[in-house]
Amino acid sequence: MTASSTLRLDAVAIGTLTDVSLAVPPGEIHCLSGPSGSGKSRLLRAVADLEPHVGQVWLGELAQSSLPAHAWRARVMLVPAESQWWADSVGEHLPARPAVEDLAALGFDASVLDWQVSRLSSGEKQRLALLRALGQAPSALLLDEPTANLDDATTRRVEAWLVERIRQRGWPVIWVAHDRGQIARVANRHWRIDGSKLRAEEVAPWR
Amino acid sequence: MEVIPLAWWQLALAALMVVGLAGCTAALRLGMSRSLLIAALRTVIQLGLIGLVLEALFAAERLLWVVLMALAMLLIAGREVMARQKRRLGGGWAFGIGTLAMFLSSFTVTVLVLTVIIGPDPWYRPQYAIPLLGMLLGNTMTGVALALDRLTDSAWRQRAVIENRLMLGQPWQVAIGDIRREAMRSGLMPMINAMAAAGVVSLPGMMTGQILAGTAPGLAVKYQILIMFAITLGTGFGTLAAVAAGSRRLFDGRERLRLDRLVAPRR
Repeated sequence: MTASSTLRLDAVAIGTLTDVSLAVPPGEIHCLSGPSGSGKSRLLRAVADLEPHVGQVWLGELAQSSLPAHAWRARVMLVPAESQWWADSVGEHLPARPAVEDLAALGFDASVLDWQVSRLSSGEKQRLALLRALGQAPSALLLDEPTANLDDATTRRVEAWLVERIRQRGWPVIWVAHDRGQIARVANRHWRIDGSKLRAEEVAPWR
Repeated sequence: MEVIPLAWWQLALAALMVVGLAGCTAALRLGMSRSLLIAALRTVIQLGLIGLVLEALFAAERLLWVVLMALAMLLIAGREVMARQKRRLGGGWAFGIGTLAMFLSSFTVTVLVLTVIIGPDPWYRPQYAIPLLGMLLGNTMTGVALALDRLTDSAWRQRAVIENRLMLGQPWQVAIGDIRREAMRSGLMPMINAMAAAGVVSLPGMMTGQILAGTAPGLAVKYQILIMFAITLGTGFGTLAAVAAGSRRLFDGRERLRLDRLVAPRR
C-alpha cells in the first residue's frame, strides 16, 4: 500500500493554469476555490491524468507517468461533481459491501444496495459516489464539490464523515469548495485560483 | 434450361413504375422523390458499367485484373463505411480502420473459400471470385459501418459515464466494455437475423438468382449456405477487428478518452 504518501504537483499546467506546484501531506485537506470556469475541475482532471497536461504529479515516490494510467487513477481517486451510474442497481457499482457505519453516516442502510439507480436523487447520488470511491481503497482523494447537492444538515454530516475517514486513513486530499464556511471547517490550507496562478489564502481567520 | 432473355424495353416498363412511385411520393410531399430517382438512375448506370467490366474481366481471366478489381471494390467500400458514420475518427482513421478490417476479413475468407472449399481452376476464376467477394464486401461493409457508427456515437453520448469509470480506476477496455459489446451486436445483428430468416421469411438473392438461371434447387441451396457462412465469417471478424481498433483509437496511451479525435457531423 502506498497510503500515507504526500501528493505533490510539480509545475503542472493545464488550460489557463500554469506552473501549479503544491504538496499535500498525508491526512491533510487542501481546499481549492475560484470563480466558475477558472479551471478547478480541469486541474483535478490533470492530477487524475484524465486530460493531457504539462508537469508531473507525485504520490510519495511514485510518479504519475511511471504507472499505467488506470493504476494511477485507482490510487489518486477523483470524485466528480456529477457522478454517473451505468448499471441498474446501486450495489452493482460498489466493489464490496460497504461498512454499516459508513452507510449510516451518510444516511443510508443496507437496503440502498438494491435501490434502482433511476430513482436516486442528485443528493443521494452524490453521497453514494463518495461511498463508491472510498470503497476502491484509494491512496489520495480529489473531491470536486462533494457536497454541492446536499442541504446544510446533510452537508455537515457528510463533511464530518469525510474528514474523519481522511484523517484516519491518512489520505492527502484536494477538495474543491465554494462555501467559505466549509473551507474554514475542513481545510488545512486554502488555495484560490487567481488568473493563471494559485494564491494561498488564510484559513479560517476567525477560528 | 435457358434463362429467358430480358430486353431493354422490358426494363423500361419496370423503370416507368419506379417513376410512378416517385410521382406518388412527390404528390404526398414526402420530399424523397428526387433521391429515389437519382438512386434508381445510379443503379442503372452502375450496374450497366459493371456488366461491361465483368464481361471484359471474364474474357481476360487474368489474376492481375481480378486483383485490381478487388482493390477498387475494397476502396469504394472503405469510403462508404466512412461516409455512413455520423461522428467518425478524424485524420484518415475512419477510412483506414474500416478498410483494413474489411481487407483482413473479406479477402481472407474469400481466398479461403475459393482455394479450400469451391476450388475453381484457376482459383481466381473471376466468375467465382468477383461475385463472392462482392457479396462478402457488401455485407461486411454494412456490419463494419453500423458497428463503428454505434461505437463512436455511443462514446460521444456516454462520455461522462466512460470518464467516471476511468476515474474509479477501471482500465479503458472495461470502461468502454458495454459500448463495445453494443457496437459488436449492432454490427452482427443483420447477419444473424438474415440467417435466422433465410428460407422462411426471405429467399436469399443469390439462391433465387441461381434457380432462375436453371440450377437445381438442391445445389443452389448448398451454395447459399456456403455464402451465408462466408458472409457471417467476414462480417463477424471484420466487425471484431474494426471495433477493437476503433475503440483503442478513442483512448490515448494514458487511457484518456479522446473525443477530440472524432470529427463533428457536418451541417
